[in-house]
Amino acid sequence: MAGAVAARLGAPNSGSATRFEANLATRDLPWVKYAVLGLGLAYFALFLLLPLIAVFVEAFRKGWNAYIAALTEPDALSAIRLTLLAAAISVPLNLIFGVAAAWSIAKFDFPGKHLLITFIDLPFSVSPVVAGLIYVLIFGAQGWIGPWLSAHDIKVIFAVPGIVLATIFVTFPFVARELIPLMQAQGRDEEEAAVTLGASGLQTFWRVTLPNIKWALLYGVILCNARAMGEFGAVSVVSGHIRGETNTMPLHVEILYNEYQFAAAFAVASLLALLALVTLAVKTYIEWRASQVAPEEKTS
Amino acid sequence: MAYAHARRVLPGFGLSLGFTLAYLSLIVLIPLSAVFIKSAGMGWQAFLDAATGPRVVASYKLSFGTSLLAAAINVVFGLLLAWGLVRYTFPGKKLVDALIDLPFALPTAVAGIALTAIYAKNGWVGQLFEPFGIKIAFTPIGILIALIFIGLPFIVRTVQPILEDLDAEFEEAAASLGATRLQTFRRVVFPTLLPALLTGFALAFARAVGEYGSVIFIAGNIPFVSEITPLMIITKLEQYDYEGATAVASVMLIVSFLLLLVINGLQAWTSRRTGREA
Amino acid sequence: MSIEVRNISKSFGAFKALDNVSLDLPSGELIALLGPSGCGKTTLLRIIAGLEYADQGTVILSGQDASNKHVRDRHVGFVFQHYALFRHMTVFENVAFGLRVKPRAARPPEKEIRAKVRRLLELVQLDWLADRFPAQLSGGQRQRIALARALAVEPQVLLLDEPFGALDAKVRKELRRWLRRLHDELHISSVFVTHDQEEALEVADRVVLMNKGRIEQIGSPREIYNEPATSFAYGFIGTVNEFRGRVEGGYVRVGNDLLPHGRTDLSDGSAVVAFARPHETEIIKGEIGEGVEAKVNRILTNGAVTRVELIANGDAREGRKDYFEVEVTPDDLAALSLATGERVRIRSKRLSLFGENV
Repeated sequence: MAGAVAARLGAPNSGSATRFEANLATRDLPWVKYAVLGLGLAYFALFLLLPLIAVFVEAFRKGWNAYIAALTEPDALSAIRLTLLAAAISVPLNLIFGVAAAWSIAKFDFPGKHLLITFIDLPFSVSPVVAGLIYVLIFGAQGWIGPWLSAHDIKVIFAVPGIVLATIFVTFPFVARELIPLMQAQGRDEEEAAVTLGASGLQTFWRVTLPNIKWALLYGVILCNARAMGEFGAVSVVSGHIRGETNTMPLHVEILYNEYQFAAAFAVASLLALLALVTLAVKTYIEWRASQVAPEEKTS
Repeated sequence: MAYAHARRVLPGFGLSLGFTLAYLSLIVLIPLSAVFIKSAGMGWQAFLDAATGPRVVASYKLSFGTSLLAAAINVVFGLLLAWGLVRYTFPGKKLVDALIDLPFALPTAVAGIALTAIYAKNGWVGQLFEPFGIKIAFTPIGILIALIFIGLPFIVRTVQPILEDLDAEFEEAAASLGATRLQTFRRVVFPTLLPALLTGFALAFARAVGEYGSVIFIAGNIPFVSEITPLMIITKLEQYDYEGATAVASVMLIVSFLLLLVINGLQAWTSRRTGREA
Repeated sequence: MSIEVRNISKSFGAFKALDNVSLDLPSGELIALLGPSGCGKTTLLRIIAGLEYADQGTVILSGQDASNKHVRDRHVGFVFQHYALFRHMTVFENVAFGLRVKPRAARPPEKEIRAKVRRLLELVQLDWLADRFPAQLSGGQRQRIALARALAVEPQVLLLDEPFGALDAKVRKELRRWLRRLHDELHISSVFVTHDQEEALEVADRVVLMNKGRIEQIGSPREIYNEPATSFAYGFIGTVNEFRGRVEGGYVRVGNDLLPHGRTDLSDGSAVVAFARPHETEIIKGEIGEGVEAKVNRILTNGAVTRVELIANGDAREGRKDYFEVEVTPDDLAALSLATGERVRIRSKRLSLFGENV
């Protein structure tokens, strides 16, 4: 998925649709245009727009006070804290990994590179439930090192470390996936030039590589963060759903919903929806920036 | 290695690759291998019993069936949307373009409860179907709705860049050779988009098969009717049936790997046909 | 088929691509639309093809007004600059495309299609590539396939947009000769766009020289080269020495120097631009009192003719140096005994003048 987004970042919109509508050979008849747009946009509204609106409508069904109360009760605050903590640990780790992986893959040649890229993509194609399960199999009471852990009174599963691990797994490829194609396309000329001019490795990275990848990096980080804060399936398996202790925001939403506290559930959900909207806004801004920068890069 | 190392001008190869491999192994490869090692320890018969019990098989049929159908529907409407976004100007286009990615950014649990609210029998859309005796939420149709939601951006975002890059010259050439607009689409444009459409289809399908969060709220989770495979794993885990959960998980993993291979092949085909980097 | 273009204008936003262009191209000729980039030549070609509609004016194909006809109904063969071969079709299917998309009633049977495609591939001498995909062909081969594809629908006119633009120099020369031969065989009215004067002069029966959306001159290659009609035509075609000044009796005053022009119909004081080809320019030494002073910069002996490159004297306008080029025969070169850096004078026996009241 992120690969597709990376392709968009690498090749920003090459122009507005007017070039097609003005061209005799690519112009569609008006009725075709309106039929395509009508069907497409109706589908868009039915499946994407309505759910988004529903979140906010349901969240405010019982009014502003109930909304605030749902967000400020202790269990909700604890869930928000845990969600922020899990993201604060997993995003930086995956950022470092993404840069390291992209640096080794894009700037050097070694056997097995293609396989490595495929492995990095693996977590995208693994069901979140399976992602949670694998950590249960290792750290759970009956897992490989479960007995040793319980002997030393270390809790991983049904505790915060398990939630962090599962979050790291599901957000693992995001940054790497944005950086690898971009850095491969950029090649190594500029870094080599920097080295011939006497720059050290770190100087080369900070002054040459980083400015070239900063937008893709930011892009990867915000997508990674959105998924980290919103992950449900994998976290659900390892969390144990202990209120006030091992509930993240999405899990808190589930509990409230199953207890028929719909307005409260949607209130917490609306915070997550807001996060999604901010993510999309930043993403759109970055794509816009990239499309502004790209033409200059082409001429240079 | 010594030869290759001597030729390296840029620093940090050992460090970056070493860290990459270590982190990849610790977080992904070793934990994933746990599923297969545990399955292998079960014995063949026990594995088969667990992985092919009637309730599990019913869940496979449901998961694969609804995922295929959702991906197929998304191919049609995703193409329409991508076409509209690339080829036409219309008010609100930027907003639509940005919101296409909503399913990537919106937590699945949020999508799940929102879709349930809309498609339940007293919801905005559900009440329109209620008089005809059609129930959407808490039936396999509900599952289909959730899988359509999460799959749509995969199709749009794989087709859109290909369509944007498609030079008008090809359609001009077809027109100058006497082809009608429909013939041009069918014989020139569509074959160019086909690999991307199939890639999007496979991506959406792969995601849908493993999807959990957005589905469980709307599915109803009735055994043999609306119980998806990921839920089977959770159910078995809750019954402390670790072996059963692992057996089902290994089937899902194998399917994921196969799909990954197919997707890689499709992406290579896309880049060959369009001359564009995947 | 004849092509007539009447009073065509076309703007893209504020940019006027074509400004009231009229053109009459008789049947069966190979015609070049020549001009610098942005002169409107490609736009004109696309308007003739029906890929673009003009803001004003009419296009008449074989005596019939085709202005409002869609490109697919105009029966023109169009060869695109980058060929636009369909990547997912074999060479054979690419050539067959135009036949396969004909309405059922007009579509030839499969056997005929196969035979015809074979014939066309033989015509372009690439029948052995029928089963390849475009990606497996060289640039020159793609070009010939694109041509075969355009010819398959038996167009009344063949339009080629920069047909050799994307090829390297050697292949380009070969294909030029080949296109000329092919045209002599088929005698189909053809128009090609080029910015390369050598290409236009070498291949075409007739050259249409364009600049800034207008036609500067129409004529045979010989006329275009030897009798340029406008100062633009003079400057664009071939190497030329340019002098700017004012008429003073039988001379043009260029700075402090006097250049004889040999005409009697000019009024004193009018500003003119004078042109002379290198082979029509001579170097003179000694005090003669006429000719433009210049300094010998380089002497390039290359074959039978020696080219002498000179730098205009002193008044480098706006920091720009003017260079002159003179072709000298070996005998004259020996007689002149030039040295690099030497100050000499140049003049022309055949000066062409353009300007107000000329």
